[in-house]
Amino acid sequence: MISLPFFKRAEIAPPPDIDAASLRSDRFRLAREVDWQRLDAIVTALEKGRPKRISDEDLLDLPVLYRKATSSLAVARETSLDAAALDYLEALVRRAWFQVYGPRVTLMGWLRRFLGGGWSAAVRAIWLDCCIALAVMIAGTAVGWLLVAQDAAWFYALVPGEMAGGRGPGADAATLRESLAPQASAEGLSVFAAYLFSNNTGVAIMAFALGFAFGIPTLLLLVYNMALLGAMLFVFAEAGLAYEFTAWLAVHGTTELLAILLAGAAGLHIGRAMAFPGARSVLAAAQGAGVRAAQVMAGCALMLVVAGLLEGYARQLVGQAEARLAIGAVMLALWIGYFALLRAPHERET
Amino acid sequence: MSRAITPAANPDMRKHAAKRQRQLLTPEGLALPLTLASRGARAGALMLDLTFIFVGLIAFLALLAALGFGVVGIENLQGSGNPVIELLLVGGVMLLFLSRYGYFLYFELGPRAATPGKRLLGLRVAARPAAGEAGGRLTAEMVIARNLMRDVEVFLPAFFLLGGGQQAGVAGIAAFGWLAVFVLFPFFNRDGLRAGDIVAGTWVVEAKSAKLQQAMSLAPDRTREYRFGTAELSVYGERELQVLEGVLRQDQPDALREVAETICRKIGWQIGAGDEREFLEAFYAALRAHLESGMRFGKRKADKHA
Repeated sequence: MISLPFFKRAEIAPPPDIDAASLRSDRFRLAREVDWQRLDAIVTALEKGRPKRISDEDLLDLPVLYRKATSSLAVARETSLDAAALDYLEALVRRAWFQVYGPRVTLMGWLRRFLGGGWSAAVRAIWLDCCIALAVMIAGTAVGWLLVAQDAAWFYALVPGEMAGGRGPGADAATLRESLAPQASAEGLSVFAAYLFSNNTGVAIMAFALGFAFGIPTLLLLVYNMALLGAMLFVFAEAGLAYEFTAWLAVHGTTELLAILLAGAAGLHIGRAMAFPGARSVLAAAQGAGVRAAQVMAGCALMLVVAGLLEGYARQLVGQAEARLAIGAVMLALWIGYFALLRAPHERET
Repeated sequence: MSRAITPAANPDMRKHAAKRQRQLLTPEGLALPLTLASRGARAGALMLDLTFIFVGLIAFLALLAALGFGVVGIENLQGSGNPVIELLLVGGVMLLFLSRYGYFLYFELGPRAATPGKRLLGLRVAARPAAGEAGGRLTAEMVIARNLMRDVEVFLPAFFLLGGGQQAGVAGIAAFGWLAVFVLFPFFNRDGLRAGDIVAGTWVVEAKSAKLQQAMSLAPDRTREYRFGTAELSVYGERELQVLEGVLRQDQPDALREVAETICRKIGWQIGAGDEREFLEAFYAALRAHLESGMRFGKRKADKHA
């Protein structure tokens, strides 16, 4: 039978006659070569994501083989001038180091710990930024309201045409009421929900990423988005529909606005750490804040999935203002309870 | 002699490579050399990844569209509400989202910590150790943070340019300058960090694997035919030895002859034509034995000038 080169397992060549080597450093190397190549094979399997291919025996020996290789490298550096062997050992030890000290938690394991308290702990850790973001968002809403209350032209400056969809200042109450009404069926709603999720997550990620510039663009983004909401709110309030509009918004808004608040807070957290690093270097401060903020952000994506589903389905299917408000309030209570009460998981040695 | 032996080694290039050398301290206290990825390689990897995403997306969307047409036929596409079409549309929207955020995340969270583009160019993401500390673990949070930042660094500027944003007057120019800060960020620090690397505490390093070459002194022992005295062996140092090793491993007759001639001229020997390889192997073994015995007594000779 022809042996196909693709399927052949890399075989470890037996060491050539060690005594044949005339140099002492080469004899040192030949005596240890087999161990290095065993480690090489294990590391390659790990890198390919096929740990099952490694035999139990090899797996048990991995720490020993790794230490052997590092000590070989340390000795070889002081006694050998074989550049090829040194390069090989350096590359091997580096690769092995990345695998042995690589992330030991799988994606699922990380997710479990994240949902089981890592996320809420991260949110609590940036509470100050959350408060700032909340204040800025309230201020933004007020600004939007006041601007439009003063001069209706502001509405068109704030709200892009396609988004307004006929819901401008002075629109009659019937048109406005109709825009709040649920749709007859669920057709096409899943597409709508998916689109909303993708769009909102983009905004949230931007709010986070822009925090890098000392948080200022994040603040602007929050103010602008909330001013838009304030302007809309004024239009509906003017037509006497403030209650209905709030209910319409609350279904998904409590989740979505909370997610945007958290994303903004995460961005602010990084910006604040970089602007006021304290005793640490700017780099160290940014990194500490960045990793904490990234956890908050990973959760935001999840919240926005929920928000998209609520917006796409629940809002379009549930008509009564009371029911809508109840859904929104329950969601808000759930989120806040989750963030405030869930304790951080035990930090196991990972 | 070093010029004669390494005609291709460009000192300028070597200086650049040396600039990217860093040390990584393992918990065992061993300093591992680490080469930072060059900015060019990283840009190349990004281009490759974007190409993969783009081609993959088009292929997949074409498949979805073909499925969609296959299910309902082109003529009654208007009557939406077909659950299959709806499912395909949701799939399409989610795919666009995932390709923008998920691709980099998925691959960098894998055991190689590299996207296909990075892997092709021999790069990987690693945790950046704080000054003087041992290298740490690359965590999931780091990968998430660096890839969320990618949005402002790559996708926003790309969409901005594609959307013709630069023609939007003063605001357009301001936005352009603002985005350029992010894009050009790697050029303003020593480690070539982009904004995402700073926030996440990562850097991108070369992760090439090397093959173990044959041991050099397995060639037949020729200490009888060629005897070199201490004076002849003290001419060269470790650097020249490594260059000689490279020449021997590449085994090109022209280079062998040239090097053998240079060495002979330097130590005042005469060798017959055709004996170059034999002579160089013997000289290599003798020189290495000489330098290594010096090493054991704590004497190192970096190069011929030392």
